Amino acid sequence: MIPLLQVEGLSKFYGHHLGCADVNFTLWPGEVMGIVGESGSGKSTLLNCLAGHMAPDTGRVMFDTRDLGPRDTLAMSEPERRWLARTDWAFVHQNPRDGLRMNVSAGGNVGDRLMAVGARHYGDIRAQASDWLGRVEIDAGRIDERPRAFSGGMQQRLQIARNLVTGPRLVFMDEPTGGLDVSVQARLLDLLRGLVQRLGLSAVIVTHDLAVVRLLADRLMVMKDGHVVEEGLTDQVLDDPQHAYTQLLVSSVLQV
Amino acid sequence: MTEYNFAYLDEATKRMLRRAILKAVAIPGYQVPFSSREMPMPYGWGTGGVQVTAACLVPEDTLKVIDQGADDTTNAVSIRKFFARVAHVATTEATAEASVIQTRHRIPERPLTDGQILVFQVPIPEPLRFLEPRETETRTMHALEDYGLMQVRLYEDIARHGEIARAYAYPVRVEGRYIMDPSPIPKFDNPKLDNSPALQLFGAGRESRIYALPPHTRVESLDFEDYPFTASKAAGQRCAICGAEDSYLDEVITDDAGGRMFVCSDTDYCATRVAAQAEDAA
Ligand SMILES: Nc1ncnc2c1ncn2[C@@H]1O[C@H](COP(=O)(O)OP(=O)(O)OP(=O)(O)O)[C@@H](O)[C@H]1O
Ligand SMILES: [Mg+2]
Ligand SMILES: [Zn+2]
Repeated sequence: MIPLLQVEGLSKFYGHHLGCADVNFTLWPGEVMGIVGESGSGKSTLLNCLAGHMAPDTGRVMFDTRDLGPRDTLAMSEPERRWLARTDWAFVHQNPRDGLRMNVSAGGNVGDRLMAVGARHYGDIRAQASDWLGRVEIDAGRIDERPRAFSGGMQQRLQIARNLVTGPRLVFMDEPTGGLDVSVQARLLDLLRGLVQRLGLSAVIVTHDLAVVRLLADRLMVMKDGHVVEEGLTDQVLDDPQHAYTQLLVSSVLQV
Repeated sequence: MTEYNFAYLDEATKRMLRRAILKAVAIPGYQVPFSSREMPMPYGWGTGGVQVTAACLVPEDTLKVIDQGADDTTNAVSIRKFFARVAHVATTEATAEASVIQTRHRIPERPLTDGQILVFQVPIPEPLRFLEPRETETRTMHALEDYGLMQVRLYEDIARHGEIARAYAYPVRVEGRYIMDPSPIPKFDNPKLDNSPALQLFGAGRESRIYALPPHTRVESLDFEDYPFTASKAAGQRCAICGAEDSYLDEVITDDAGGRMFVCSDTDYCATRVAAQAEDAA
């Protein structure tokens, strides 16, 4: 089997300041990788480098493209990368305002990616938007409302619908449940788990929250000070942490 | 009395403008930056169009200037007088006799012909501006043909109004490549842009952009398969003066009692039809 994503020796500096260093991992099709670590440990830096939002200083990010097989996304031209970003990739931001068009209706938000890849039949676009609103538990009757009229949880679900409508093969998520009330988080997590299982999504999920990784991630990377300090199957890492920092992380969560 | 250089601008400036125009003609629909000059009239009075016209004029030209289709509005009259004075070119109100036509908000009804140049005054050249205010981003969108956002805007129109609710400045796709703002002409005029035998030049003074449609360029109005573009106007109306049913009509108030009528916005077209009717009657 060919890995969907293979990351080799990826480092990113902000001037002299370390963002993340020498990250290596492989993501197999259908797998969900969790990335945990304290604030400032380099999780978002890594995710943004993987998703092409930021250019790392060293390393390779090989993605198994549909047409040409594994390609280094960092060596791609900007048009190729943008095309990937709106077809095979998806990116769910922590703050739905960063991932939604706030002055465009819910239907327009979901239809956006379809139109970006050439959909030109209004009725079809609307039908698909309506279908996806249903899948993320938003009443299709609200298709013409703007995201501003929605609660934080609904906005996040709308952002997810907007990302998944084109059937991406790899989803990046940065703290998808962060900033939401606990009860809203639980519902969103449930929904995400259902979608991941049903669609067989491959994903890289960054989070502070070990409950998120327990529920969603097959494998887990623990980051500290820009370095990956531990990696393994989620249950193994959480139940039998090897690195001192992971032990601290797990025990501090148990105390909460 | 001051002696101006032919067509007011100095030769170096005209060369700079012509280079921008040539580049615009070579890449239909692409906005070429140029360094816009002060003209003896305020922005909003068509300084972009005036500069393009100045760069195109030769002494043998015959110039027509229209504003909203009319030759006799203040703006049209002052630009026509300006060029009569600084270039000593012949002027006309007859579309058929003009070699260069500068226009604001309309395309003449009478089909243009080979060799004619139509110069549009453009207030805002960037069709994506209202969707994406950042210039760096709109430039990238054009470069990468990343036009989904424009389609989203049209989707929103249909979702909200049941149709694409744009009467003016209706966006077009040029030769299947660049999306272009045709300036605030009514969408009724959009079909005239397509495959026109005339050279169409667009000048935006304040924004310092020139773009062009060389003769016989494919120009398509954006739409959806199930909501195709229609250039329609109010059905069943006809011009109260010449009886035309196929021309773009302005509504005019005729008295204090709220009397109204519809007349051709293209004054030359209307007058030409009236003259022909008088001849037929005689
Ligand atoms: N744009 C930037 N310029 C300079 N330094 C930055 C920038 N972005 C992040 N950093 C630094 O890089 C390091 C990693 O930051 P990053 O945002 O990746 O952490 P994180 O793990 O996502 O944190 P959080 O959980 O708070 O989101 C931190 O020390 C941070 O201060
Ligand atoms: Mg972060
Ligand atoms: Zn008439």
